[in-house]
Amino acid sequence: MANMAQAIRMALHYGEENLGVQEIFGEDVGPPLGGVFTATQGLKRAWNSPLDERGIVGAAIGLGWAGSRPVAEIQFVDYIFNTIDLLKLAGNSLWCSGGLMPCPVVFMTPTGSGIHGSIYHSHSFDSIASKIHGMKVVCPSTALDAYGLMIAAIKDDNPVLYLKPKALLRAKGRDLIPGEPEDEKALKKMIDAPIGDRSKWKPNWPKLEEVEIPIGKAKIAREGRDATLITHGRLAPISLQVAEELKKESKGDIEVIDLRSLIPYDWEAITKSIRKTGRVIFVNEETEISNFAEHLLRRVVDEMFYELAVRPKLLCGKAVPGIGLSPVLENHSVPQKKDIRMAIESLLSEQA
Amino acid sequence: MTGKVKTMNRRSSDPYESLGPELLKKMHRLMVLNRVLEERLIKMSKGGDGFFWIGGPGEEGFGVPLGLQVRKGQGNDFDYLHLHYRSSGIALAMGAKPIDTIRQMRTAVTDPYSRGRNFVNHYCIPKWNIMPVSPTIETQYSTVIGTAIAQKRHGGDGLSIVTGGDAGTAEGDFHSCLVWATRPANPLPILIVVVNNAYGISTPWKDQHGEGSISNWAKAFEGMPGKTINGNDPVESYRAIQEAIEHIRKTRGPYLLEAKTSRLHGHSSSSGANRVDEVDCIEVFEAELKKRGLMKTEDLKKVWSDCQKECDEAYNQVKKEPYPEPEDIWNGVFVEGVDKSYPKKGGS
Repeated sequence: MANMAQAIRMALHYGEENLGVQEIFGEDVGPPLGGVFTATQGLKRAWNSPLDERGIVGAAIGLGWAGSRPVAEIQFVDYIFNTIDLLKLAGNSLWCSGGLMPCPVVFMTPTGSGIHGSIYHSHSFDSIASKIHGMKVVCPSTALDAYGLMIAAIKDDNPVLYLKPKALLRAKGRDLIPGEPEDEKALKKMIDAPIGDRSKWKPNWPKLEEVEIPIGKAKIAREGRDATLITHGRLAPISLQVAEELKKESKGDIEVIDLRSLIPYDWEAITKSIRKTGRVIFVNEETEISNFAEHLLRRVVDEMFYELAVRPKLLCGKAVPGIGLSPVLENHSVPQKKDIRMAIESLLSEQA
Repeated sequence: MTGKVKTMNRRSSDPYESLGPELLKKMHRLMVLNRVLEERLIKMSKGGDGFFWIGGPGEEGFGVPLGLQVRKGQGNDFDYLHLHYRSSGIALAMGAKPIDTIRQMRTAVTDPYSRGRNFVNHYCIPKWNIMPVSPTIETQYSTVIGTAIAQKRHGGDGLSIVTGGDAGTAEGDFHSCLVWATRPANPLPILIVVVNNAYGISTPWKDQHGEGSISNWAKAFEGMPGKTINGNDPVESYRAIQEAIEHIRKTRGPYLLEAKTSRLHGHSSSSGANRVDEVDCIEVFEAELKKRGLMKTEDLKKVWSDCQKECDEAYNQVKKEPYPEPEDIWNGVFVEGVDKSYPKKGGS
C-alpha cells in the first residue's frame, strides 16, 4: 500500500500526464531531493525554486492566470505566514475582478505537529486558511483520500490550499490506489528514488486511474449511534482508533466524520450525523481562540440548538505562541490520544 | 497599433523624426485623453461621485508609449501586463475606453473591471492579458514571474511587463522579481518597469534609498540590462521601451527600466489630489510639437476639447447607470458559485 507521500506523488504524476499540470515547484521540490517528504520525486514537471515563499506563491498565481495548472509547494506551513497577502490575492482574484479572472492553483504544504518539529515545524494553518475567502482548503488523512483530493484540487478552477498532515505522510494506506501494485515493496522499487546518486534514475510509474474525492464532501470514517466526532488530518486516524477501542469496551458507539475539506465544508454530513446522535465533539490540533471548529460549533448551536442532547464540545490545541520541542510540552499543547478518549467519555457521560 | 510603428523611420538620428508625425500626434492625443480622464476622476472624487481616487496624471509620457507597444491579445503568444494603479495611460493606449474607468470610479455595476468592487484605475482585461491590478503594493512583481514562466514554457517571443512605483521597490517582491527573472536555470522574459515619481505618498525616495538609481539593481544580476530614462519625455520613453522590448523578445531574458516622471496631483485623493508644481510632460511635448511645426495651437486646442467632450459625455452616461445589487456580493466567491449550505447570514 502506498504511503501518503507516494499517493500525492502519484496524483501529481497523473496530473502532469492527464490534467494539464505544467509546473510543480517549490524549495527542494525538483531533483535530486524531490521534496523534503519525497512527495515530488521523479516528476517530470518538478523543479527547484529559490528559497522565496513570496516568489513561489506569486509565481503560482501568475501561472494560474496563464492557465498552467501549477502545483506550488511551501516546504512547511510554518513558512507560509509571510505570503498571506499573496494567498489573499489568489483567493480574491475572481471576486475582485467581478468574476473575470479565476485563479486555478494548488498550494500544497505539510501541516501540523507530531514529528517533534518544535516551534517552526509544528504549526497548523487551518483556521487562518479558512479566513482566506475564495480559496478552498482540503486536508486528507489517508493515502487514497490524498490521491483523490489532489486530483480534485488540480481539476478545480479555484485556488486550493492542500494541507498535508506531516505526521501522516509516511503512514501507509489501507486502500489500494487504482493502478498501484499490491506489493508495497514493488511500488517502492518503481517510484522511490534510490539512496545515493540519482542522476540517472527514472521512475517506473504504474498505470494509474483517476480517482476524484469531491472537494466539500466529508467521509463517514466510522458509523455510530451515540455521539458524533468531527475531525480531519492527523487526528482523524487517532480519533478512529479511540472510537474502535470504546466500542470494543462497550463504552459507546462513536460516529467519526473526517471532514477532508475545510472550505467548503460538508454541512449536510455534519447536521445529519448530529441529528442522529444528539452529541457532538469537534477535534483538531489548531489552537483555541478563533479555531475553525469554533465557527462550526457556533453554527451548530445556532441552527441545531434544540436537536442537541448535551452541550457540544471542542478539543483542540492550547492557545500558546508555539509548540515546544520537549515531548512534555508538545503533548500538553496538542490533543493526544488520551485527551481524545477523555473528551469523548465526558461527552457520553453528560446526562441528556 | 503596430501598424503605426511600421511608419517610423528608425534610421533617423533625430528621435522625433524617427517616430514620424502620425505616431507623435497619436501619442499626444492619448496623453491628453489620459489627462482629461484623470482630471474628470479627481472631480468625481471631490464631488462625491465615487470615493477614493488614485491614478497617473504626470505619467502619460511614459504610460502611453508603453501601451502602444504592447503585443495585445489573450494567451501566451501575447504580452502580459501586471500593472499598478497609475497605469491608465497604458490601458488607454491599448484601447481601453475612458467611460469604463469612469464606471469604476462611480462604483457602477457596469464597471467592466470589478463590478463596483475595486478602486479606480484597477484594471482587469483578460482579453488583452491585463491581469488584475491590486491595491497591494508590489505584489505584481511576484505574479509577473508566473506568466513569464508560462511564456517561456510555451515558446514564441511573448513577454510579461510589470510596472510599479519607486517606493514599492523596498518591498521584497521587487527583489523576488529580480532573482527569479535572472535564475540561471530559467531566465525570464520580463520587462521590469519602475516608474520613479520620487515619492511614496509623502516620503521622498531620496531619504529612504541609497542605491542611487533604481536601475543600478541590474548591475548585480548578470546579463540583465538596466536603464534610467526621462519618463516625462514620450519620445525618449518610446525609444527606450522599444529597445527593451526588442531585447527581451530576442534574448528571452529580463530588462530593468526606470522611468523618472512627475506626480502632478500628489499621491491620491487622500492627500487632496491638488495640482503640484512639477514638470508637465504634455506641456513639454506640445511645445516641441509646435516648435517642429507638427501641430499648431488650434490643433492642440481641438484635441483637448475633443477629449473633454468624450469624457464629459461618458460621465453623463455613467451617471444614469445602476449600482450593484446587494446580493451581488455572492458572485465570484467561487467559480461555480456558493453552495446552498455556505454560511450566508453574517452570523446568527
